[in-house]
Amino acid sequence: MLEIKNLQAGIENKPILKGIDLSVNAGEVHAIMGPNGSGKSTLASVLAGRDGYDVTGGEVLLQDDDLLDLAPEERAREGVFLAFQYPVEIPGVNSAYFLRSAVNEIRKHRGEEELDAMNFLKAVKAKMKELGLSEDFLKRPVNAGFSGGEKKRNEILQMAMLNPKLAVLDETDSGLDIDALRIVADGVNRLKGTDNAQVVITHYQRLLDYIVPDFVHVLYDGRIIKSGDKTLAHELEEKGYDWLIRDAA
Amino acid sequence: MSAHTDTIDEFVASDYKYGFVTDIESESLEPGLNEDVVRFISAKKNEPEWLLEWRLKALRHFEKMESPTWPHVKYPPVDFQDISYYSAPKKKGDGPKSLDEVDPKLLETYEKLGVPLHERARLAGVAVDAVFDSESIGTTFKEDLASAGVIFCSISEAVQEHPELVKKYLGTVVPYTDNFYATLNSAVFSDGSFVYIPKGTRCPMELSTYFRINAANTGQFERTLIVAEESSHVSYLEGCTAPMRDENQLHAAVVELVALDNAEIKYSTVQNWYPGDEEGRGGIYNFVTKRGICKTNAKISWTQVETGSAITWKYPSVILQGDNSIGEFYSVALTNKAQQADTGTKMVHIGKNTRSTIVSKGISAGKGQNSYRGLVQVGKKAKNARNFSQCDSLLIGDKCGAHTFPYIEAKNPSASIEHEATTSKIGEDQIFYCNQRGLEPQDAVNMIVNGFCKEVFRELPMEFAVEAQKLLDVSLEGSVG
Repeated sequence: MLEIKNLQAGIENKPILKGIDLSVNAGEVHAIMGPNGSGKSTLASVLAGRDGYDVTGGEVLLQDDDLLDLAPEERAREGVFLAFQYPVEIPGVNSAYFLRSAVNEIRKHRGEEELDAMNFLKAVKAKMKELGLSEDFLKRPVNAGFSGGEKKRNEILQMAMLNPKLAVLDETDSGLDIDALRIVADGVNRLKGTDNAQVVITHYQRLLDYIVPDFVHVLYDGRIIKSGDKTLAHELEEKGYDWLIRDAA
Repeated sequence: MSAHTDTIDEFVASDYKYGFVTDIESESLEPGLNEDVVRFISAKKNEPEWLLEWRLKALRHFEKMESPTWPHVKYPPVDFQDISYYSAPKKKGDGPKSLDEVDPKLLETYEKLGVPLHERARLAGVAVDAVFDSESIGTTFKEDLASAGVIFCSISEAVQEHPELVKKYLGTVVPYTDNFYATLNSAVFSDGSFVYIPKGTRCPMELSTYFRINAANTGQFERTLIVAEESSHVSYLEGCTAPMRDENQLHAAVVELVALDNAEIKYSTVQNWYPGDEEGRGGIYNFVTKRGICKTNAKISWTQVETGSAITWKYPSVILQGDNSIGEFYSVALTNKAQQADTGTKMVHIGKNTRSTIVSKGISAGKGQNSYRGLVQVGKKAKNARNFSQCDSLLIGDKCGAHTFPYIEAKNPSASIEHEATTSKIGEDQIFYCNQRGLEPQDAVNMIVNGFCKEVFRELPMEFAVEAQKLLDVSLEGSVG
């Protein structure tokens, strides 16, 4: 599904990612952990194509497409979804309208018929019920005046509606109380299927009590210094990162 | 790293769709401003003596005035002797008696502008007065309106057919001494629309005037007068376009609204004059005076969507003279390329329990400079006057500017005045967020801007809200790379 080979990237000549190799198969959930400043969010941004990052080497393939050649909106239409660490507010733009535009851009790209307002509402309301979200979300402007938890839940709703091939969750758990965390985790688990994959970036092991990863990778100083199964996350919780960093040095 | 360039930094020209010139033989006055010019215009329109006198008084007053320097706009001094004050399509014989006799080229022009005038294709439910340079070329649905007692015609025609009404109201809201450009207009105004709604009548359709500047080196000086008798109601919309030319052209209009007891006037503007190019070459100087007066329980609501003109200088205002009267101002002003706008409103509270609402949305892109200037004045006797003002500015890119100049004068202690102002920037992060959900950068900007303007668009008549939204989209075309 996703193949990252020797990816190197940075901001303004400052290297941040120094050679990332990662292979994610369909049906898998990968967790990426690591201390602050290790490059986790940079990796998410580079995958989604955010401006301001220079890719200096390596490649990223989504199925067989070279992702780095595509504009952010093209990546999104190919099935890359980024759940933002800080979802952006768009005042005055109705959430339902925004989400329908997004869904239809992606449907158009897939050669599917666009959803009219009625059918969209039906679909989105069903999804909201599944996720335990209140319907007044739809009437409010995109993320404007939302609490931190609401913003993250809105990300999960968008993810559920857009049904991505590759979902990258960038510290979606940060700042969430336990109920919100459950909703987020539940959304991710519901999405999980044989034809998609998830990369969950997190600082804390806590989220991984709810989303059980197939693989855990530790990112440090722009490289993956350790990979393992879910037990690695527990080990990190107990021992911290220092022992790994010492080993890597 | 990707094919995607820096989103906001790159600004390219968008095409102005209405920049064509109609090739038609015109009768134009030589450039210059003097008594003979005023007499010529007045004679051309077969005006009564009192109107000529009024024009001449305005001209004499104008000669003593200096052009205002307080607006936050920059432009070289206008040479008023270098402008032609009258230009009209040449008429064969006595001129057309109905729209069927109008030169097909003119009809075609309006068709191209999306305002078909002939019977088959007229906009349903909207009566249109089409003003081409200095002349009105025709008004649709006149008969239908007449059966409701509504008078809708060009002001020249009104001077001939209803002189008593024109004489009674002309200059009562904007006197000829009012300000530099209003005074100039009073001397040389050529045409414009006249609306009269009789007592207790709700105008059965939307009224609309479409202004088109075609000839080069001419100024357009139209004068619009709307009178709503007691307990009547009218909704009026004006639209404006002009060809692309390298020189600047002057448009100095005056609009006067009179809302008598319990009457309501809703005046909407979608202004799309040629804005000039990126370097600020060409474009219309839009120096306009718009003002309405409200008697007891009356209401005047101005809604404007200003996307065109090189320079916009206008402050649609309401004098709340009658008790319980209401004034509203909803504005979207967009400046892209090298456009400059200094616009806002004046709400003058005189009567008791008068209320006013101001919602102004300024959008600056490219090298555009956008200023809100508003005055809220509460007089000594205006007990319990209330005002709410909200001025929001949105910046796209880092070469543009937004400025807010609110003035508040309250002479009655019971007044309640609220002012809120915000300035925000369309962030790369907002655009990226939309992109990440599959939306094109330009669609993202349009969506963000339309969200920003929502409170104003919902004040526009239905048919035009969609138009305004599209116009904004077109005007922003190329505002992202």
